[in-house]
Amino acid sequence: MSEWIQIGAVLDFPRQGSRVVESPKGAIAVFRTQDDRFFALHDRCPHRGGPLSQGIVYGHRIACPLHSWVIELETGEAVAPDEGETACFQIREDQGNIYLKV
Amino acid sequence: MQGANGGTPESGNGANSSQGELALFLPDGIQTHEYTERAMKKKMKLVVIGNGMAGIRTVEELLKMAPDLYDISVFGAEPHCNYNRILLSPVLAGEKSLNDIILNQEDWYTEHHITLYKGEKATLIDRKNRSVIGELGARADYDRLLIATGSSPFILPIPGRELSGVVAFRDIKDVDQMLEAARTGRHAVVIGGGLLGLEAANGLRKQGMDVTVVHNMTSLMERQLDEPAASLLQNSLEQSGLSFLIAAQTEAIIGENRVRAVRFKDGLEIPADLVVMAVGIRPNIELAKASGIHCERGIIVSDTMQTYDPSVYAVGECVQHRGELFGLVAPTFEQAKVCANQLAEVGSGRYRGSVTSTKLKVTGIDLFSAGDFKGGEGFEELVMQDPSRGIYKKLVVKDNRIRGAVLYGDTVAGGWYFQLMRESTDIQSFRESILFGHSNMADEGRDGQSIASMSDDAEVCGCNGVCKKTVVDAILEKKLFTLDEVRAHTKASSSCGSCTGLVEQILQATVGNYDPTPAEKPVCACTTHAHDAVRQQIAQRGLKSLDAIFRSLDWQTPDGCQKCRPALNYYLLCAWPSEYRDDPNSRFINERVHANIQKDGTYSVVPRMWGGLTTPDELRAIAGVADKFQIPTVKVTGGQRIDLLGVKKEDLPAVWAELNSAGMVSGHAYGKSLRTVKTCVGSEWCRFGTQDSTGLGVKLEKMTWGSWTPHKFKMAVSGCPRNCAEATIKDFGIICVDSGYEIHVGGNGGIKIRGTDLLVKVSSETEVFEYCGAFMQIYREEGRYLERTAPWIERVGLAYVKSRLENAEERQRLFEKFKVSQETAQVDPWAELSKPAARSEFVAIASLENSHV
Repeated sequence: MSEWIQIGAVLDFPRQGSRVVESPKGAIAVFRTQDDRFFALHDRCPHRGGPLSQGIVYGHRIACPLHSWVIELETGEAVAPDEGETACFQIREDQGNIYLKV
Repeated sequence: MQGANGGTPESGNGANSSQGELALFLPDGIQTHEYTERAMKKKMKLVVIGNGMAGIRTVEELLKMAPDLYDISVFGAEPHCNYNRILLSPVLAGEKSLNDIILNQEDWYTEHHITLYKGEKATLIDRKNRSVIGELGARADYDRLLIATGSSPFILPIPGRELSGVVAFRDIKDVDQMLEAARTGRHAVVIGGGLLGLEAANGLRKQGMDVTVVHNMTSLMERQLDEPAASLLQNSLEQSGLSFLIAAQTEAIIGENRVRAVRFKDGLEIPADLVVMAVGIRPNIELAKASGIHCERGIIVSDTMQTYDPSVYAVGECVQHRGELFGLVAPTFEQAKVCANQLAEVGSGRYRGSVTSTKLKVTGIDLFSAGDFKGGEGFEELVMQDPSRGIYKKLVVKDNRIRGAVLYGDTVAGGWYFQLMRESTDIQSFRESILFGHSNMADEGRDGQSIASMSDDAEVCGCNGVCKKTVVDAILEKKLFTLDEVRAHTKASSSCGSCTGLVEQILQATVGNYDPTPAEKPVCACTTHAHDAVRQQIAQRGLKSLDAIFRSLDWQTPDGCQKCRPALNYYLLCAWPSEYRDDPNSRFINERVHANIQKDGTYSVVPRMWGGLTTPDELRAIAGVADKFQIPTVKVTGGQRIDLLGVKKEDLPAVWAELNSAGMVSGHAYGKSLRTVKTCVGSEWCRFGTQDSTGLGVKLEKMTWGSWTPHKFKMAVSGCPRNCAEATIKDFGIICVDSGYEIHVGGNGGIKIRGTDLLVKVSSETEVFEYCGAFMQIYREEGRYLERTAPWIERVGLAYVKSRLENAEERQRLFEKFKVSQETAQVDPWAELSKPAARSEFVAIASLENSHV
């Protein structure tokens, strides 16, 4: 059954940055964008498995640090013309805290 | 489960200040809001007159930027969808079919809800009621109108021009008539020995006709070729079976209903079953003119592609911009981009004219021409001729810059010369070998490879394993026109770039004559500004933050992208060393965590060893760290350092702390920064050493470590001319001699090896330091981000760098600036990041149990 887990406070996440949540099924990257939206993706680029959490965040996108593939934070899809997808997780903010649905 | 504290102090402050800045964004925000509301309420109407390459390219660019802004209608006089007109020549020659050259099928129009009046010529623009009327009665109202009516072939005003069998070479209908004539008739006469005429003649010959080309000038393609190249061209076309009448004046076309012969002023008459007029084109301006839009030779447009009526735009061959008319596709596409930008109401695109190049699409003939190829007084000509191989190359040069080029027989280097010309690159340092082409500069290893002879599975791009067929298929299927598009879709030429020339050739062979032409590339897709312009504005307007740049320079994205942010962060750091605070989130991961990311997501750590010297204690510390953190690989680098590979991110701060406690600091092996100073043992031990190269290397490294540069910066000091430290392939290399120190600059190994240029010879270490700091400072201030010293020096010229540094006052001024910026730069990032407060970035914020997933 899925549930919302508190993973930290808003202030733990740098703007245009990310933090990692470890899980037995692989790391989850949690991103905070310039406009203070939060997104969570499986921390693996669909291209060669690069850690997306280590990339550069801009707009609602993340550029993978290994070969510069760009992934949409909202959908986990690679920006065309590249093709691929990484899993997304639901995330929400409530009273300054960040919750991840797992 | 949660991080120990609320982020680092830096990120806290960063958040506050950008919130403050956000308020300043408000006016823009409101505009965007209104804009969306308006779009939601009612879409505007855009009518496009012309269903050709320019008009539809504009629509495609517009749809990319603002898919929902307009209801779009298109009038097209031809009964076809948009097709690639430049590929009519291969269709005529039987090398491609009509279907191969369709760019947008019917369903594309449907998919984008575009109303297409196919086969309906627009006959009236009613500007008062903002409406366009078609010849079959269609009526389309507009808020904005785009005129892309193209051009018509110029028909010589001679008797017989109306006869059946006299055609132009402009559209599918003409090609059909020519193919029909080729089936029934034998003799073809092509009037016009320009690009189009020769392509038509070649196609008709391939269809089995006897073809005579009539030209009224003394040499072929006189607008693209000089006489030697033109005569080589004529020879090889004659060998392929074409006949020529040069300097001939056509007097009349003879026949009853159908053409039978062509007569010339000197009385000569030759048989003709088909006459093709290819003497030039004229912009189609009648419709615009009749509606009162200001026209001269073409429809007059401004830099925003607007006519005198601001709601009416025009692009392509029908326009006249800054006095120029257009007949090639490259400028047309650039205009389309600007026009789409304006129609989409985003950004500040301006069209400022184009530099174009030409290639002849005749199989078996390689010909390239660009720019001012005629030269004349004040110009120099570099010429290479090899008649038995049929090769002729001429570069027109002024002040060591290429102004024009004509290549015949071997055009492999055409793209390269064109780039050098567009970017106004100083060719002095390689002009002695420039005519041998790019491949001669020891970078490509593909000398003389011709794409026609390459098999489908031949590898084009060695970095990404892309073969020729993959590139060709992508170009055809995805309708790619530019190098950047091919890079994005296939990855070919997107890594090291050494196959760029090859990819450009494949592109040209597959899709025709297209070359991108902007003189200077914008920093990235977020802006129209080029690197140098942005830096100038940073200094002039005192822009001191990324937000200030985005706002003042009309960035088209709210917070930039992964390409521009690192560049801008560096430019700010360089311009305001003591004021600007570095933005780690605008840096590539390696510079953010001060280690090199590896393919498995682990990192490599390289401690600094001054001048390549180390001690037993340091080695023991390194060995201890490797043991303690179970670091799998320990390797000696090319720069005389020790690399610890496979360190987990969470271990980085502890690894650094241990290395710090043994007295070692970051080696910056990961940064666009001073890397290493490589040395040989020098006079202290070596029986040949002339000076203390090791000691000098240590001092140079102590002086320069920590400095950020546009790209990595490597140094070396060799104790004698045997050059064991390989100083002549470094950005800054010293070769010690008995009487002093030779300073060499601008070298690198890597993809394109470049030996250094000798900058100066000095007699003391003090002078070496001064030259070093001053040289680095000019490079820091004027090199573009990700441009190493080698291409930078080739671009600006060694003479320029010398002239700046030879002046003692200027040299000292630059050195002082360098020293000032070093005051804030020489802080060991490892010591900073291994402090407890900074460590949270390196560990997971939370850990989920098995029961959670």
